[in-house]
Amino acid sequence: MKELKQLFSYVGPYKKDFYLGAILVIFETCFELIIPLLMADIIDIGVVNHDTRIIYIRGIEMGICAVLSLITGLLYARFAARASYGFGARVREAEYEKIQTYAFSNLDRFDTSSLVTRLTTDITVVQNAINGGIRPLVRGPAMLILGIALSIWMNAKLSLVFFVSAPLLAVTLVFIVHRVAPMYSRLQRAVDRLNGVVQEGLTAIRAVKAFVRGEYEEEKFKSVNEDLMQTSQKTFHYAVLNLPAFQIVMYTAVVLIMWFGGNMIINSTLQVGDLTGFLSYVLQVMNSLMMISNVFLLLTRSLASAKRIGEVLDEKPEITSPAAAETVIPDGSIDFKNVSFKYHRDAEEYALSNVSLHIQAGQTVGILGGTGSAKTTLVQLIPRLYDATTGEVDVGGKNVKDYDLTALRDAVGIVLQKNVLFSGTIRDNLRWGNREADDKELWRACRIACADEFIERMPKGLDTDLGQGGVNVSGGQKQRLCIARTLLKKPKILIFDDSTSAVDTATEAKIRTALAELPDMTKIIIAQRITSVMNTDQIIILDDGKINAVGTHEELLRNNHIYQEIYASQVKGGDSNGTSNER
Amino acid sequence: MARPMSGKRPKNLKFTVLSLLRYMGRHKFLLLAVAVLVTISAASNLLGTYMIRPVVNNLASGDIKVLILGVAVTAAIYLTGALCAYGYTQVMVKAAQKVLLDIRRDLFNHLQKLPLHYFDSHRHGDIMSLFTNDVDTIADALNNSFAMIIQSFIQIVGTLVLLFVLNWRLSLLVVLGYLAMFLYIRFSGKRSKMYFSQQQKALGELDGYIEEMVNGQKVVKVFNHEAENIEAFHEKNTRLQRAGTGAQSYAATMIPAVVSISYINYAVVAVLGGLMAIGGTTDVGSLASYLVFVRQAAMPINQFTQQSNFLLAALAGAERVFETMREQPETDDGTIRLVNVREKDGNLVPCTQKTGKWAWLDEKSGSLTPLRGDVRFEQVDFGYEDGHPILKDVSLYAKPGQKIAFVGSTGAGKTTITNLINRFYDVQGGRVIYDGIDVRDIKKDDLRRSLGIVLQDTHLFTGTIADNIRFGKLDATQEEIEHAARVANADSFIRRLPKGYQTMITADGANLSQGQRQLLAIARAAVADPPVLILDEATSSIDTRTEAIIEKGMDQLMEGRTVFVIAHRLSTVRNANAIMVLDHGKIIERGDHDDLLRQKGVYYQLYQGMFELS
Repeated sequence: MKELKQLFSYVGPYKKDFYLGAILVIFETCFELIIPLLMADIIDIGVVNHDTRIIYIRGIEMGICAVLSLITGLLYARFAARASYGFGARVREAEYEKIQTYAFSNLDRFDTSSLVTRLTTDITVVQNAINGGIRPLVRGPAMLILGIALSIWMNAKLSLVFFVSAPLLAVTLVFIVHRVAPMYSRLQRAVDRLNGVVQEGLTAIRAVKAFVRGEYEEEKFKSVNEDLMQTSQKTFHYAVLNLPAFQIVMYTAVVLIMWFGGNMIINSTLQVGDLTGFLSYVLQVMNSLMMISNVFLLLTRSLASAKRIGEVLDEKPEITSPAAAETVIPDGSIDFKNVSFKYHRDAEEYALSNVSLHIQAGQTVGILGGTGSAKTTLVQLIPRLYDATTGEVDVGGKNVKDYDLTALRDAVGIVLQKNVLFSGTIRDNLRWGNREADDKELWRACRIACADEFIERMPKGLDTDLGQGGVNVSGGQKQRLCIARTLLKKPKILIFDDSTSAVDTATEAKIRTALAELPDMTKIIIAQRITSVMNTDQIIILDDGKINAVGTHEELLRNNHIYQEIYASQVKGGDSNGTSNER
Repeated sequence: MARPMSGKRPKNLKFTVLSLLRYMGRHKFLLLAVAVLVTISAASNLLGTYMIRPVVNNLASGDIKVLILGVAVTAAIYLTGALCAYGYTQVMVKAAQKVLLDIRRDLFNHLQKLPLHYFDSHRHGDIMSLFTNDVDTIADALNNSFAMIIQSFIQIVGTLVLLFVLNWRLSLLVVLGYLAMFLYIRFSGKRSKMYFSQQQKALGELDGYIEEMVNGQKVVKVFNHEAENIEAFHEKNTRLQRAGTGAQSYAATMIPAVVSISYINYAVVAVLGGLMAIGGTTDVGSLASYLVFVRQAAMPINQFTQQSNFLLAALAGAERVFETMREQPETDDGTIRLVNVREKDGNLVPCTQKTGKWAWLDEKSGSLTPLRGDVRFEQVDFGYEDGHPILKDVSLYAKPGQKIAFVGSTGAGKTTITNLINRFYDVQGGRVIYDGIDVRDIKKDDLRRSLGIVLQDTHLFTGTIADNIRFGKLDATQEEIEHAARVANADSFIRRLPKGYQTMITADGANLSQGQRQLLAIARAAVADPPVLILDEATSSIDTRTEAIIEKGMDQLMEGRTVFVIAHRLSTVRNANAIMVLDHGKIIERGDHDDLLRQKGVYYQLYQGMFELS
């Protein structure tokens, strides 16, 4: 329940709706308890004394109660909905804002799809639980207190039965909830395992079908399915005990009251009417306890969701702006001073070890290396997408950790390898780089990125709708749009992380030439193709997280083994210009 | 809480209910026991309450024996009721879980049989939700609603009967009140459906936004776009909040409305009853207990409406599940099977031992055709959707041992060709011929066993490295696995892993590099040892240097097999026997590398880097 309590602190301005809703429920409960009293008058006074006036009056009073309870009920509906949906919206927003503060490392810890679930389904589950929970949670205790009060007022001696049976029931119900709560998490794990098998089979359906592994999958599913059945049976075996337990205690109380009450009537210390009235309160009190226990079971089921939301909210953003941060980046020079990096604190091996580098402002630098050689890792340290584990990364002569994050990232433009365009027009997407850019600036950036030619060919030009995730453009076009978007930031340092892999070599050459006309900008180009980097000022060869060599094309070709191998693999067949098309 | 799932109502109620009943029918004895026990428990509850009246009325005589008897009988009735309640809840848990087990199993197994088309045209999230949400709502309904509905129904009927016995005239009024409640519930249900569909729309929009932005969260960071995102999110979130509050405020009016109708009904009955009592048509005692029953009747009605809402939500989920189970499975009317053969007196004879030799056995004629790996396309037409042909009049052949490559931009139809060979999809015109047999005449499982495939995205499964290689051939021995790994050049890196072949792979192989994963995929194909191999962008996520390293493995794997290669990188296809350049579903150029360069057509331009592949 701790998780729910934590989330509940997000209720904020909707607190008053919650309280009003709760008060209204209490009123509603009062009416419900008053009506039997009115009814008793109709019989005990009206009928017995043949007083039709009292019958009519009480009848009208009951009608008034009905109308009042309708009004309070309707108002309650309004307040409860406002409270729970307001609460849901606030938690969702808090969660989303929190995610905006996450560093890359925080994002890596949560899987994308799990983050989406935590923002959508999980919130809905908690919201529904609270929406459904308010009424019984207030009504239960209200009924309990009022019912006990009324029964004491009616007959203190008989009400002793309560003081024995109600705690007994409470203890039993607490025991059941206590017993079941931990089992729900075990159940959740069984559910997760089953979903895991389904998910795995779905994403790899082509492989499953191609290798005729349907039966094997069925076997795998069978075992998790049966495991889930057994765990469910065990869990619910306890959970459903609350009904018979409740009935036993309630029925015992009724029988005891009949017995003691009957004896009192025989001894003429109790009226018949009082006994019937008393019994109806017994039912109400017991029912209220039952209601409370049901709510707890309901809330228990939403605990898993609450916990997952809590994890997002509790996550500490690993990278934040320092106090009294520098906001001006003097130039685009870069220094790596004995930098090592690993993705997880407890990872055994460093992804990057002992890297020292100096890149002058305005230089163009190429980075080559095989898959897994940490090229991407290296450049992501520059705009502080990750922080170096040891060592220091400097930009413009100052440690990147001294800069204001926004200022630093504005000055360092990086075209990510796994890049995304968003739904909206081309213009909307390009403006991510510069909110105020006018058409002239947009076209200028597109020209440098060689995106102008295909945008011009589109009927709506810059207003062309890209569709979700940029589905309406080809891979090469998408990459060129991403480059243009980054250029609009007018960064001091521009980083291409394998950003032209789907662009043909001729166009790529054009982009390189255009970029050369921006001399103040430091450019770092990660590439697979030797042609992409062979004309740069220096080429860095990375191998297994270490710098293998630094030099120009000619130097490396002369004396670097890896470079020679890459070169050989790309010009195999001895064709004239050494180019080969690839993706 | 009355209607958490409103707005989702089943469309084909009869079919869904019948399907659900069929599943429940498998455990009919358990469920029958539940029904009987529920009935007894509900009846005892009613009867126990009914007993209060005679016991209390007879107290006037002052006889303690009457009291003892009355209390004892009541206690016995209640005890029976509580025991039955214990019994039915426990039995129901067992029965419900068995029904769910069956449903989940059948759903999963049916999904395995569905054609690839189904998975390509449905989002994986939606398919997952069949398991995560829809089966869950069925579970909730079975766990709670089934017994509750029987119980409330019996209580309603029982109470009504008692009411009519006690005073039929007043009871007509009571029934009128019930009717009013019922009509109101129907009416309000329809109205709130409208509100809920608005909420659903707002929710859909917000979910879409979240999905897109969380996916692009790293880009958001790089562009310092957080503030704008929060603003856009706020707007959509507020819209959902408003729609949700409206819908819920309306839906939640149902309970108070029904309650106050019942109060008014109660008041009217009390007043009229009082007047009748004065008029002498009824006595005070009967009126008092009559009114107690009227009040008691409201509870099961409330419960009934609440549970039927849960039930409707469950039926909507059940409908999606059963609709999926109705989806047409892959057609597989082939009669030709792949069998082991041995040579006997110069003729091939089918046998059960592993001989390493295979042949196609036509079950009808009994004729045997040796498996060679000869694949031909004869004027094949195909499209994934009507009116959008992907392949037009494609003809080609691959003789045993030949290597055929396909080059072309995304959407040109390269992968489609391989989809047709292993019958992920069926041709719409023309034929695909395998060793002289139309592939549609071959049993699908056997056809696919004879084809090896290496895909661009290597999906690894939870399990050990050895398990993942064994995926290509379930009964592969450790020796065969290691041999396959050596062929694929994967052996050396596997041995360097902490536990070698027994190293566990986690989360789709996150602990392996892209190149290593690809090598495992190649090993997986190698262990199956198929005569025909399909490499669908098998090396495109590997850098050229690593590719050069695994090239030897690839060459070994391709040795002596018919190979279809799809590649972006022209270096991979250079040594193919024939290269097909595809454009908009047609083969526009074909020939070997040198031929094509001489033609100076599209391939030449691609090769010179003057053309963009995407």
